Amino acid sequence: MDFSYSKTEQLFLQMVRSFAENEVKPLAAEVDEQERFPIETVQKMGKLGMMGIPVPKQYGGAGGTVQMYIMAVEELSRVCATTGVVLSAHTSLCIAPILENGTEEQKMKYLPKLASGEWIGAFGLTEPNAGTDAAMQQTTAVDAGDHWVLNGSKIFITNASYANVFIVMAMTDKSLGTKGISAFIVEKGMPGFSIGKKELKMGIRGSATCELIFENCIVPKENLLGPLGKGFSIAMKTLDGGRIGIASQALGIAQGAMDETVKYTKERKQFGRAIAKFQNTQFQMADLKTKVEAARLLVRSAAWKKDMGLPYSADAAMAKLFAAETAMEVTTKAVQFHGGYGYTREYPVERMMRDAKITEIYEGTSEVQRMVIAGHLFK
Amino acid sequence: MNIIVCVKQVPDTTVVKIDPVKGTLIREGVPSIMNPDDKGGLELALRLKDQFGANVTVISMGPPQADVMLREALAMGADRAILLSDRKFAGADTLATSYALSGLCRVLDYDLIIAGRQAIDGDTAQVGPELAEHLDLPQITYVADAKVLDNGHLQVDKENEDGIQVLEVEGKCLLTVLASAFDARYMSVSGIMEAYDKEVEVWSADKIDVEEGKLGLAGSPTKVFKSFPKAMKAPGEVHEVTPEEAVELIVNQLKVKHII
Repeated sequence: MDFSYSKTEQLFLQMVRSFAENEVKPLAAEVDEQERFPIETVQKMGKLGMMGIPVPKQYGGAGGTVQMYIMAVEELSRVCATTGVVLSAHTSLCIAPILENGTEEQKMKYLPKLASGEWIGAFGLTEPNAGTDAAMQQTTAVDAGDHWVLNGSKIFITNASYANVFIVMAMTDKSLGTKGISAFIVEKGMPGFSIGKKELKMGIRGSATCELIFENCIVPKENLLGPLGKGFSIAMKTLDGGRIGIASQALGIAQGAMDETVKYTKERKQFGRAIAKFQNTQFQMADLKTKVEAARLLVRSAAWKKDMGLPYSADAAMAKLFAAETAMEVTTKAVQFHGGYGYTREYPVERMMRDAKITEIYEGTSEVQRMVIAGHLFK
Repeated sequence: MNIIVCVKQVPDTTVVKIDPVKGTLIREGVPSIMNPDDKGGLELALRLKDQFGANVTVISMGPPQADVMLREALAMGADRAILLSDRKFAGADTLATSYALSGLCRVLDYDLIIAGRQAIDGDTAQVGPELAEHLDLPQITYVADAKVLDNGHLQVDKENEDGIQVLEVEGKCLLTVLASAFDARYMSVSGIMEAYDKEVEVWSADKIDVEEGKLGLAGSPTKVFKSFPKAMKAPGEVHEVTPEEAVELIVNQLKVKHII
């Protein structure tokens, strides 16, 4: 068993860490404050090949691994969780389902532009009445001979107003329940497709989270993704992969808050000495550090299994559950260690605490992760 | 166009500490990086490659650990990497280092050599100019920009204290480059994926055109007498006065300090 990074991964880590420090960190406070999508960062990432890390070379990607992709999400999220989730939703929720379920024509049409960052990807499953109970899809897709007609709406869609390609789930046969759900590739600008209201959020405020509206939306016949009636299964598998991305985002947020707190407690003096010298600080930080490292091992192990082609559904759920709860705990304590300053926007930990919360909610709440883990346990 | 870029692996001096007793750098636990001015030089070479087409070869002299820095250069877009590594080079000062590098350049096909202005560990700024002398090449130091003109000549902006000097060069030459003038690119992900599939050629002394006696410690006239951290001085004072007043001011200060 080898826990070390390969030489290629070490070189990659050097690059993404320096990219995050120099290009992403300086924008993080502004992106949060102004609720602004960091489009310039996405363009830079596209040029470097970061928007298509695990995409094979024949589809215009870098030919990297899932492990490398999640390292990038972690390093970005360490300084800016918004940028982390932009990459995660794009890669895990749009590129991966096309790569895993698409026809050769669909892969050739969509992957090169997604991998280069020319196009941004998104994923639409959640509806106003279908959250955790995702099987209750009310968006419909009707076969109209030479095309599909979609009607309905999706909410809380990450990247929505900046995305060009959307993986959308819709009911093609209500009588079949989840087996009547199919997946479609919808492009920005297709007739009858529009972007609705933008959500105002607690954290990850720069990510463009909007509603998708389908009003007699015409989708070409060839844009059905995977077999008819397999949409729910595609969505669940896509979310399994997505959870590794969000787990990495949570891990990055936790690591970022650790870094800030170590720095701050060494500088901040009370009662004549640095607060890092107090045993309360030391013991609590030791516990947090241990949890962050445990989360990292869970995340890396889930990514490794996906790279190896092994089943990873429960691993991804455990990684996300643990990393998200760790991120929430670490950031909450980070604010506490910073005291009054931590509650102000002068220090990044208050933003990190707001950002951390979403990792316990999206791509399956922590309760859903427990359902998935228990489902595997009591199979 | 064939471009050779000289790069050196150095300790990251922004995190390095100095042994208070011995006065030497404490290198343990300090990450090694590509010298910033050299990285600027590589960036210039890669820009010339992007704009005018070029084959970029990075060369370095150092221990086998320098491999990772050369992989970084390949991932940034260099085409070939050669590491001069041999015990015969050990203990080389700037003269012996530049001599060894000249022996390597002589057996390579090149139109332009680019080096960093100076390395952050030694700060001598000698290796580039010495390399040009060994090869009998014209040299331009402190380069802030360069481009290939339609007539095939190189137009080079040289940074002076009071401005930019624009020079045109015909034929082979050597440039030394400032990191501040060239914001170096990141490695690309596909470059990283290929970096370890490419070869970093490790060359020993017998593959290059040199006299062995001039290599390493034997070829190094520099003897380090003592090294010590520079003492911090208090900030000076600025007085805007006439020459007569200045004389009076200085004489008074010298009297105050009991020097006269």
